[in-house]
Amino acid sequence: MNNFEPRIVAFLCSWCSYAGADKAGSSRKTYPQNINIIRVMCSGRVDPQFVLEAFKEGADGVLILGCHPGDCHYKEGNYNILRRYHFLKKVLMELGIEEGRFKLDWVSSTEDDKFVTIVSEMVKNVKSLGPLRNEALI
Amino acid sequence: MIKPKVAFCWEASCGGCEEAVLDLNEDILKVIEAVDIVFWPIALDFKYADIENMNDNEIDVSFISGAIRLNEQEETVRLLRKKSKLIIAFGSCAHLGGIPALANFWDRESILKKVYREAPSVINPEGKEPQVKTKTASGELELPEFYDTVKALNQVIDVDYYLPGCPPSPDLIMQTITAILENNLPPKGSVIGPAKTLCENCSRKDSKPDIMTLKEIKRPHEVIIDPEKCFLAQGLICLGPATRSGCGERCIKANMPCRGCFGPTDNVIDQGSKFLSALASIVDFNDEEEIKKVVDSVADMTGTFYRFTLASSLIKRKRRLK
Ligand code: SF4
Ligand code: SF4
Ligand code: FES
Repeated sequence: MNNFEPRIVAFLCSWCSYAGADKAGSSRKTYPQNINIIRVMCSGRVDPQFVLEAFKEGADGVLILGCHPGDCHYKEGNYNILRRYHFLKKVLMELGIEEGRFKLDWVSSTEDDKFVTIVSEMVKNVKSLGPLRNEALI
Repeated sequence: MIKPKVAFCWEASCGGCEEAVLDLNEDILKVIEAVDIVFWPIALDFKYADIENMNDNEIDVSFISGAIRLNEQEETVRLLRKKSKLIIAFGSCAHLGGIPALANFWDRESILKKVYREAPSVINPEGKEPQVKTKTASGELELPEFYDTVKALNQVIDVDYYLPGCPPSPDLIMQTITAILENNLPPKGSVIGPAKTLCENCSRKDSKPDIMTLKEIKRPHEVIIDPEKCFLAQGLICLGPATRSGCGERCIKANMPCRGCFGPTDNVIDQGSKFLSALASIVDFNDEEEIKKVVDSVADMTGTFYRFTLASSLIKRKRRLK
């Protein structure tokens, strides 16, 4: 009965996670088309304003993927996003945006299967949460 | 010389902004001498009809303080917009929504219920709540409509300039009035005040360690505050890194951390999330569990980071789950 198709904005670090997504594509793995990938140089480049802007512009969920801890090409970027993520998640929850709509995870360039699993699970979760529809933004 | 016609008006606010005008002390006499006040409901006896009867653009400048939360306020500011050449959003509430916009964590229904039925001091067995229209023996009475969402002034009308602060500092007020009188205003849409952050001008900035780190966040009542050391370096939340300077560091001088009333600097839309980034970057943990502990220790995070800016933030209000 649920034919709601969520829109998910995914920020992928160019070095690891984007390469992982690329690998999933080139090895013809299938994953839901609900994600709109934005390639960033490092997960640490994701300013919380980008996430808020995505929700404001109609995203039902936001996903950030970066290199595994210790593997960031700029050393500290993914630790930085890890800290920001937990602060921002609390703010979003206090504003009534459920936990399941905002995810951070690590995907290396070889982890095409992990990429597919994360995306599929996120889409499934957001589907069950329903549309975000923040009417104050209209 | 014809004196410029000036209006002052207050919407959803505490009245502190009007007080700030009086705080100009002797300077107020210069202002009164230089301008012709055509509307100032708090201080002088004018009626809305006096404004309605004016020509469009007849008022040179209207200073409007307060956020918009009633339809009456919306009508008033629309009328002032029509009759004024310049509209200046005066103070945090008009500029960014301010403290009244913290009501955006709730909505009309829950606020009226709390205030008229559930507050411990209320006796209201019939559960009466204010109505927009009430029929009485002598006719129908009308009250302004109470909105679900509090808005900043520029979410309702076009605003020419913004005077930040809760309330704006006397210096900035005089600077603005002088700029108006001398026809020396910055480009339309400017926030009047320095482009720097409060930290850049703060008297405590030299006490910051080279690399700022923080393992624990404390609240002002939990510690004896060092009167010279940077608040953030003491583990106290200070919005200085994400706040426009220009207030004269009023709170800092009173040994209290900045709460952000001057709003963000130019090019930043969302002051709360800018502060969030700054704070997160100095938390001295890479371990997820330790990070979570620090995050959990911040009470009312959104209310603290967005104390004056919830209405004008990217998300604007708490989502209604219906
Ligand atoms: S954080 Fe606060 S106390 Fe520290 S330098 Fe900035 S404004 Fe001053
Ligand atoms: S220190 Fe901060 S909160 Fe205090 S008056 Fe200045 S800008 Fe406003
Ligand atoms: S480069 Fe991949 S997270 Fe920093």
